[in-house]
Amino acid sequence: MVDILKPEEMFNSIDYALPKKPWEDVPTDFSEGTFCYPTKKKNQEYLSLVAKDEWSPADEDWKLPPNWQEIIHEGFKERLEKYRSLKVFMDICVRCGACADKCHFFIGTGDPKNMPVVRAELLRSIYRNDFTIAGKILGSIAGARKLTPAVIKEWFAYFYQCSECRRCSVYCPYGIDTAEITMMGRELLSLLGLNINWILEPVANCFRTGNHLGIQPHAFKEMIEFFCDDIEEITGVKINPSFNRKGAEILFVTPSGDVFADPGTYTMMGYLMLFEHIGLDYTLSTYASEGGNFGLFTSSDVMKRLNGKMYQEAKRLGVKWILGGECGHMWRVINQYMETMNGPADFLEVPKSPLTGTVFKNAASTKMVHIAEFTADLIKHNKLKLDPSRNDKFKVTFHDSCNPSRAMGLLDEPRYVLKNVCNHFYDMPENTIREQTFCCGSGAGLNTEEIMDLRMRGGLPRANAVKHVHDKYGVNMLACICAIDRAALPPLMNYWVPEVGVTGIHELVGNALVMDGEIERTIDLRQEPLKEEEE
Amino acid sequence: MNVNYLYSLLAVVVLGLVAYVGAGSVGLQGVFGIFIPYLALVIFIAGFVNRVMDWAKSPVPFRIPTTCGQQQSMDWIKQNKIDNPSTTWGVLVRMFFEIVLFRSLFRNSRVEIVGSRLSYKWVVWLWLFAILFHYSFLAVVVRHLRFFLEPVPFFVKALEQMDGILQVGLPGVFISGVTLLAGALLLLMRRILIPKINYISKAADYFPLLLIIGIALTGLTMRYFTKVDVTKVKELTMGLATFHMGIPEGGLSALFYVHLFFVCILVAYIPFSKLMHMGGVFLSPTRNLANNSRMKRHINPWNPKVKFHTYDEYEDDFREKMIEAGLPVEKE
Repeated sequence: MVDILKPEEMFNSIDYALPKKPWEDVPTDFSEGTFCYPTKKKNQEYLSLVAKDEWSPADEDWKLPPNWQEIIHEGFKERLEKYRSLKVFMDICVRCGACADKCHFFIGTGDPKNMPVVRAELLRSIYRNDFTIAGKILGSIAGARKLTPAVIKEWFAYFYQCSECRRCSVYCPYGIDTAEITMMGRELLSLLGLNINWILEPVANCFRTGNHLGIQPHAFKEMIEFFCDDIEEITGVKINPSFNRKGAEILFVTPSGDVFADPGTYTMMGYLMLFEHIGLDYTLSTYASEGGNFGLFTSSDVMKRLNGKMYQEAKRLGVKWILGGECGHMWRVINQYMETMNGPADFLEVPKSPLTGTVFKNAASTKMVHIAEFTADLIKHNKLKLDPSRNDKFKVTFHDSCNPSRAMGLLDEPRYVLKNVCNHFYDMPENTIREQTFCCGSGAGLNTEEIMDLRMRGGLPRANAVKHVHDKYGVNMLACICAIDRAALPPLMNYWVPEVGVTGIHELVGNALVMDGEIERTIDLRQEPLKEEEE
Repeated sequence: MNVNYLYSLLAVVVLGLVAYVGAGSVGLQGVFGIFIPYLALVIFIAGFVNRVMDWAKSPVPFRIPTTCGQQQSMDWIKQNKIDNPSTTWGVLVRMFFEIVLFRSLFRNSRVEIVGSRLSYKWVVWLWLFAILFHYSFLAVVVRHLRFFLEPVPFFVKALEQMDGILQVGLPGVFISGVTLLAGALLLLMRRILIPKINYISKAADYFPLLLIIGIALTGLTMRYFTKVDVTKVKELTMGLATFHMGIPEGGLSALFYVHLFFVCILVAYIPFSKLMHMGGVFLSPTRNLANNSRMKRHINPWNPKVKFHTYDEYEDDFREKMIEAGLPVEKE
């Protein structure tokens, strides 16, 4: 990893002055630290994708296959025929500039190719050249350009410099969605074997072991049991989750990050405590042990292949419905893709909370409920005894994750839960939350060490808003409902606002939950004293 | 001087000269008054239909609305039924706001570095200029229906009355003509003066604006200064509308033909340009779909067959470890 600037230096280095040359003539920078490392060939081979021998984006010659132009042209054509979104978004942009400064990567880097409009023009210029009359006749006057290796390099740099957060699409008068553009761009690059390792390794892992982190079944069970020991130590309550159990009412699926890495693990503990306390008849699966789906960042086919496990496992185990944990892009896949790809889910029942009797009509077809909906419903019906004062040392704010916000609209459920489990809650300024929320800067598979400079820049707008409530209200805890956030926000906070920690909302639920038969709590789920004075 | 607007300005000036000389000095009034308008109209209709059909030919495989508010959830959580619609009605209202009031543009903000912080300011200018421009354009187009319909329909007359409410000048000033020019000039200035917007602007952005400015300028000049013979204009346009083509006796001024030629170019240019946003805005899948894909299954017509890694394959891979860990297996 290359050293990155100090926060103050980075902030002062942001320069919105534009290059003298038009963007078409500005070569792409591939110095170390600017690009994601390419995938290892074995991952492509394991997934039967186009495999490419070892290479580096820093190489002058990327050794593209001899017919690479034809591959891109045909791939482009195929996608235009498959997606109306792509066709319309290629044609109707008026370059009004409303999106230009809505991208966190533009705000943090000042690089004009990070303006959503230009990111899309990278693809559009080739579209015009290959598929429009005006582009064929007028060439560069009509905004067309020839497909050269430099264009492919530019695509690689900038389609892996977009976190598919869709913030720009909120402001676009035509709803042009850069995530859609980036997804198509990445699919095209994948046709040439140009994938990044931080995405494709998790994908290959997930395909084989059921989860991105490659946790094998026995290890998955051991890790969960380890949490149960911790919970017993903290609360005195013994928890016995089941695995791969046929006949359970509910299958619970959460991102494997919650099983593997702090602070997600505390959120996992929160789920386990909640389910034990309410006596939920549920099971965990080691096969469908991943809620997230890095296939979304690879191609729609790969997304489908990974996602299929959820329904297949639900069917094999004979559960009635599926409950999903806190995760961002996981919920984009569930809400906007899952049943279309792998449905119909006619072997499941319309989800109904066994405790409150609430029928989740909004999940009537996919049969999958978000844990924030489920818990909010429990709290609303007074099914939980909560002691929010156990979270009193935290002044909490909430980071709306991109996908639950802009591809679903899960905004008030997590806030309702938070306000019931902690006494000090403060929202960030309105143009930085809800549908206008800023990305953590590391979404869509960019949470990789080698581009730390870019990640800190991309996360700046989020951190800046956190700093605002930190200074104003003393906020010291950033709650979120996304496993990528729980991995990406701690280094981001550590860099820009080091006094602020990161938590999932069910960690705070776990702290506040008064369980039957529990001992007096003196420590929280992190095994730190409940009250700061005691430190 | 930016080459993008230089090209566009040059193109508009040359086009204007072509009509001025062609219809004026050379006297090709039939070509510019009859043949080109029909040709432009045919290109427009065929091109527009073709483009929309081409869009419609591609399916919408996934339901991908950009949700801009609270989803439909439990009954006690208030849904934002417009910005996150779950019904067709909601979508219709959302589209209405989008198309008629430019709702998304209204959200626009600007980022600024203030000291050691980022700050965001709500900015209304782009929305305001866009509204001014588009509604002026619409009013001007509707007013021009007077030239193609006899008797003049009531709504055209009503609009004229409203448009002329200022009651200044003779002939009375129509507000929309002036605001169309102002709107187009403001949008052009924005592109030239704001560095970011300048950087992303292409010839294809300047050309239609300059063309429309040309149309407005020639139109205003004819109405208020050179006082074009409106009866003769109507004779020509009614001839076009009723297929009784003919050039009025004594002909029309060269300026009129410049105006008409600009309009023809614009109309014929629409299907091949970004001006197709007028049709595309209706077809954008992030706006025109309900966020109801958890409630109702959305079908992808090309849903591919893919290779899954089945549970059986998984168990084969890990069976011994699973048994050892006490995990249930299908085959012992």
